[in-house]
Amino acid sequence: MLIVIDYNVGNVKSVCNAFQYLGCEVELSSDRRKIESASALVLPGVAAFGFAVNALGELDTVIKDLALAGKPLLGICVGYQMLFDRSCEFGTHKGLGLISGNVVPIPPGRVIPHMGWNKVALPDDMALFAGLGPEKHFYFAHSFYADVTDTAAEVAYTDYGFNLPASVQKGNIYGTQFHPEKSGKHGLAALRNFARIAEGKD
Amino acid sequence: MLTRRIIPCLDVKDGRVVKGIHFVNLRDAGDPVELGTRYSDEGADELVFLDITATIRRRKTIVELVRKVAEKVFIPFTVGGGIGSVEQMDELLRSGAEKCSLNTAAVAKPDILTQAAQKFGNQCVVLAIDARRSKTKAGRWQVTVKAGTEPTDIDAVEWAVEGEKQGAGEILLTSMDADGTQAGYDIELTRAVADAVNIPVIASGGAGTLDHLYDAIVAGHAEAVLMASITHFENYTINQMKEYLRDRGIAVNL
Repeated sequence: MLIVIDYNVGNVKSVCNAFQYLGCEVELSSDRRKIESASALVLPGVAAFGFAVNALGELDTVIKDLALAGKPLLGICVGYQMLFDRSCEFGTHKGLGLISGNVVPIPPGRVIPHMGWNKVALPDDMALFAGLGPEKHFYFAHSFYADVTDTAAEVAYTDYGFNLPASVQKGNIYGTQFHPEKSGKHGLAALRNFARIAEGKD
Repeated sequence: MLTRRIIPCLDVKDGRVVKGIHFVNLRDAGDPVELGTRYSDEGADELVFLDITATIRRRKTIVELVRKVAEKVFIPFTVGGGIGSVEQMDELLRSGAEKCSLNTAAVAKPDILTQAAQKFGNQCVVLAIDARRSKTKAGRWQVTVKAGTEPTDIDAVEWAVEGEKQGAGEILLTSMDADGTQAGYDIELTRAVADAVNIPVIASGGAGTLDHLYDAIVAGHAEAVLMASITHFENYTINQMKEYLRDRGIAVNL
């Protein structure tokens, strides 16, 4: 069973819908026992960073410990940003610290938010993108981005006038700045790949 | 490179799509889920559902609509029409909408944009501006509210700038003069607003030909173009629009 972490804000429903559409067993939950027994965890995110971190409350250490113990974890958008050390959106907030890096504003001089479909160069060794070819468009909607400093993390980039990290993988920890659940068939393919990873660890 | 977006708009009343949908091969032209899926399959980048239900039941039907669409449509969609509070936005976002658009409520209390941005992030907050060319001031536009029926004294460009400051992450800019004419977007209005703000501007109202889309992007500086009639009546498919724009040098997701 995949568990999508419910922290009671924003559009977390779409992630569940996408996994259901793909025929996966999935549940939206904030129940600690369910989270602990899940095959894999998804940390969604449509919220401001600080709001999301506060809403997560003490679940943050639960999720962090499980991820460090090897449970597959996929962070999406703000859920992805929360994988990093800290963010400065509406004040400074601590993240989960699973991947080294800080969440910072997209530099000025372009339209912000970075909103819409952008092409991501897909490294062929990132499991989330297996079978998707060298590049695909995904849907982004964000004003902050993760400046990834973790040398142990693989990173896929998109071009927004600079190399903007679009996705990371560090062992069993995955994250996408874009919304796979809103990126049409290629987004669904990435989620299917994650579901397969989850099954392998079941 | 970020691509320019093609956004079909669907007017919904009592949970049903209204206003001239002439697709062939549709079982039910009024079903928002079927239409949304169709546009998504055709390559639409996003959808906008505008609830024009004028009754007390609106709030319930709009949530049901969002829930049903979100089960089948896996591209972003914005919902708008009569949204009056952050709580209502929360319910719609939790039901599967990617963004909510605010118009009359934002004019009445601009602070709603700030509250929404702080809670959901500004990428969820779309400020819808219905603008009409001023009869007294040349080259200016006035904001109208309540679906264009009520004019205000607010200058559209100034309101866009203020809206961005308050927390809007995007502007859905409709020319009430051009809307429904299929004679082209109000390019002057689109450019005046797009150049005044940093957030993306969606041009709306007046799309009739492929040239109009190109002009809104190149001359109007719009990040995205919204249309209703020309897709509903199958004048052009989404694919035709994108191929046309691509062949004229505009980055699209094709």
